[in-house]
Parts: sequence; structure tokens; C-alpha cells
Amino acid sequence: MTRIFKLGFIGLVLLYVYTPILILVTNSFNASRYGYKWDGFTFKWYEKLFENDSLMEAGWHTLQVGLTSATAATVIGTLAAVALQRYRFYGKGAVSSLVFVSMLTPDIVMAIALLILFITLGIELGYMSLLIAHITFCLPFVIISVFSRLKGMDMSVTEAARDLGANEWNVFSKIIFPMILPAIASGWLLSFTLSIDDVIVSSFVTGPGYEILPLKVYSMVRVGVSPEVNAISTLLFVGSVMLIVISQLLLRKKGSL
Amino acid sequence: MNKQFNQFRFWAIGLATSWLALFVLVPSLMVLVTSFLTRDADFLIQYQFSLEGWKSVLDPSFISLLWDSVFMAMMTAAICLSIAYPFSICLMGLPQRWRSIILFLLIVPFWTNSLVRIYAIQFLLGKKGLINQGLEFIGLIDKPLDLLYSQFAVIFGLSYILLPFMILPIYSSMEKLDFKLLDAAKDLGANATERLLRITLPLTLPGIIAGCLMVILPAMGMFFVADLLGGSKHALLGNVIKNQFIQTRDWPFGAALSILMIALLSFMLWLYYRATKMSNRAGGINDSNF
Repeated sequence: MTRIFKLGFIGLVLLYVYTPILILVTNSFNASRYGYKWDGFTFKWYEKLFENDSLMEAGWHTLQVGLTSATAATVIGTLAAVALQRYRFYGKGAVSSLVFVSMLTPDIVMAIALLILFITLGIELGYMSLLIAHITFCLPFVIISVFSRLKGMDMSVTEAARDLGANEWNVFSKIIFPMILPAIASGWLLSFTLSIDDVIVSSFVTGPGYEILPLKVYSMVRVGVSPEVNAISTLLFVGSVMLIVISQLLLRKKGSL
Repeated sequence: MNKQFNQFRFWAIGLATSWLALFVLVPSLMVLVTSFLTRDADFLIQYQFSLEGWKSVLDPSFISLLWDSVFMAMMTAAICLSIAYPFSICLMGLPQRWRSIILFLLIVPFWTNSLVRIYAIQFLLGKKGLINQGLEFIGLIDKPLDLLYSQFAVIFGLSYILLPFMILPIYSSMEKLDFKLLDAAKDLGANATERLLRITLPLTLPGIIAGCLMVILPAMGMFFVADLLGGSKHALLGNVIKNQFIQTRDWPFGAALSILMIALLSFMLWLYYRATKMSNRAGGINDSNF
């Protein structure tokens, strides 16, 4: 009896979490413009979406920023995690607290901090500023994902390799890298989803010349309900879910590779 | 060979350190400095010391706005907590395999676009939205309720978006709970309420505080939630900060507000450490007790 009650409560919470998303997905196929009642199945919003050049361009920009910033954040973050795990160096404590702080800092504070930096340094707001900002907020997630994988690893293998004469680069590329590859891949995927979903930081650090999808969607939904937004939101949602499922599966499979 | 060793080490340490220093440490210090500078209509700021930014923070008209924002964030945390705590307790009663599946289902939306999900809530709360349609169908109301564009809608949206942030820390603190303590209390005659209040609650306090920290701060910053669900009337701190930087161009004021948020963050972190210490002392988690 209590078990049924418990399951019921959990079910209700999950229903609450998924209902808005289900409405959105349903409405993207709904012929009714305002989506309050079902007027039949249609693909027309998706067709309209692909005809909308400015949306498509914004989507392309989002992909560009997402791919480059996720890759850069993964490279820097992986190296950082390895350095934090393997080496002792001056300022190590400061570096790990910076990682911690940058993860907890509210997005909006990070956004204005970076905006002030860009304006002071005279960096033009656009692709470059977006890229730097996205790398910065993705970085701690990669570092933590890789670091926790490294902590769970048996380090005696690397010691053996060192004893047998391998240098640090060889230890990294031949031993550590293959072992932490799942965590690296999952860090990349998380960074990519964070980047393509970000609204708060991007709205501060992008310029008028470089529009990205979430901001475009934001300006569209502020005006009111528009069915194309349902379609693009559904696509964004499906895309993110696929990436997340893959990244979680990568993390689950422990000890393989 | 030794040279190569140094090179890899050099790059691994140097790249991360300089990135974090340049794009996290330096900008944060710049926010602090900016809050003490003079506002300038043409060039954004003048490099001249001034307390105007901080004076605006203490302005009575702003204080009420700040209070509004804090209130909404607190309500959000309270709602999230009242869902997340029983949820975690229910979850603990299930077999491990189910737990991880349910947690996974909960995390999936958390990684998807929050803007899009807030937009979807409009369909739920709107005049012809699902809730009004449902209530009318049951016959509870005659004409639709004005749910959207209200403080309620903002709080609803914020708690919807931030719920997983409350559940995860609370659940993980419950996982660490030593269930032998609960059994012992039961044997010694404590009833369910006593066990909850005197054992489970104090020992999961760090989780609760961590959850509140991860809900309250982002809640104050999510300007798009207030924009889309609150109309123009119910602003969050994030909306105010955004206005100072994008429209009004009062950078010192906006910077002072950000420092305020950081101060709040530090205060809550301090609370968290205190609670962790306390629960270690009071409970059986720390082995120094044995």
C-alpha cells in the first residue's frame, strides 16, 4: 500500500516535469495555430521553419559556437583535470577553487563579468566573445566529469609505465587518455548541450551581427505564441535528449575501452 | 625525454590556469572595481571612484523590488523543497535499479533548453491552457482564472525549472544516511515523526542547504522566466541587472547588484559548511564518533 503511494507520488512529479514538454511536442504537429485544441496533424510548421532563412542562419551559428566551444572546453578541461589529479604545482588550490566558484556563480553574474572584460579589452561582441564565454561556463563541467573518472582509476598502471621509461606525454596519450575517453566524450556532449541551450550568458555577450538560435527563439516567444517556435523547440529538445542519453550511457559503461 | 615531460606538464597546468585566471578571476575582480566607479552616459563608465552604484542599491524604491525578487526566489525554494524532500524519501524506498532510472528521467529535461520549457508553461497556465480547461471541465470554475502574467506564474515557472537542482543534493545526502541509526531509534521507541525530525532532517541538512543554494541564486537571475511568465510587473534581480547593462547603462549599479548576489552565494556556502560540520558531529557519518 505504501509502495503504491510512493510510486504514485514519484509518478506525479515525473508527470509534472514532462507535461509542458509533451504539450510543446504535440503542438508542433497541431494544425491549430494557437494550440489550445487539436485541429489535426500537420508538418506545416516544420516546413515553415526550414523556409525561415534568419532562423536557419541562427541555427547554423548556434551549431558553430556549440561545436567549437565544446571542443575547446573539452581539450582545456581534460588537461586541467589531469593536471589537478597528477601534478603538484604552485596555485593548485586556487585553481580548484576557481573551478568550484565558476560552477556555482550564477549565470547572470558570469555574463556581466565577461561583458565588462570584453568591453574593457575591446573585444568585439560576436562570434569570438560568445566562444570565450561558452568555453568558460562549460569548462568546470568537463573538469569535474573527467576528474571524477580519474579518481576512480587505478593509478598503478601509470606508475608502471613511468618505471618502464614512458614520458608524461606517452603516459597521457597511451594510458590515461584511452581510459578516460568515455568521461571526455560525455564532457564534450554536456558542453555542447549547455552551449546550444544557453540564454542568459549569450544575451549579454553577443552582438547584433551574430544571432544565435536560443536568443532568436527568445525574441520570438516574447512577442507571443508562434507555431514555428514549437517546431524548433521540439527539434532542440529531441537533439538535447539524444546527446544526454548518449553521454549518460558512456558514463555508465565503467571499465570498458 | 625529460624535456617532453616538462612540456606536457607545462601545457596541462598552464592552459587551464591561465584560462581560469583570465576569464573567471580577472572579470570577477573587474565587477568589483566597476561597482565603485562613476557612471558615464557616453563611455559607460569613468575611471573615478564613486559610491553612487552602492547608493542606488539602498534606494527605497529598489529595496522593494529586491524584496519582491528575494520573496519569489524563497517561495520557489520552499516549493521545490516540499516536493523534493518527500520525493527523495519515496525514492529511497525503491530498489536501486528503479532509483537510477527515475533519477535519469528527472535529469533529462534539466539538460534541455530551459527557455523552451518556460515557453511551454504558457500553454499550461494560459487562459485557454490545460489547467483552466481542466478546471472548467470538472466544473470548479465558470470563467478561466488569470494564472499567466502573475507572481504565481513566475514562481511556478522557476520551481518547475529548478526542481531537479533541489532533488539531486537532497537525494545524495539521503543516500549517505546510515539507516542503522533509524533502526536503532525505532528499537528505542521513537515514532516516525521523531525519527524524521531528530535523525533524518538534521543529517540531511547539508543536502537541503545545498539544494536551496542551487535553487535560490539561479532563481534570482533567470530574467527570461519573469519576462515570459510575469509580464512586465514582476521583475527578478536578473531583470534589474540586465536593464542596467543593456538599457539604462548604469554599470556601477548593475555591478553592485552582482556583488550582492556573490555575497549571498558566499553566505549560503558558509551555512553549508556549518551544516556539514554539524551533521558530522551529531550523526554517525563521521567515524570520529566511534
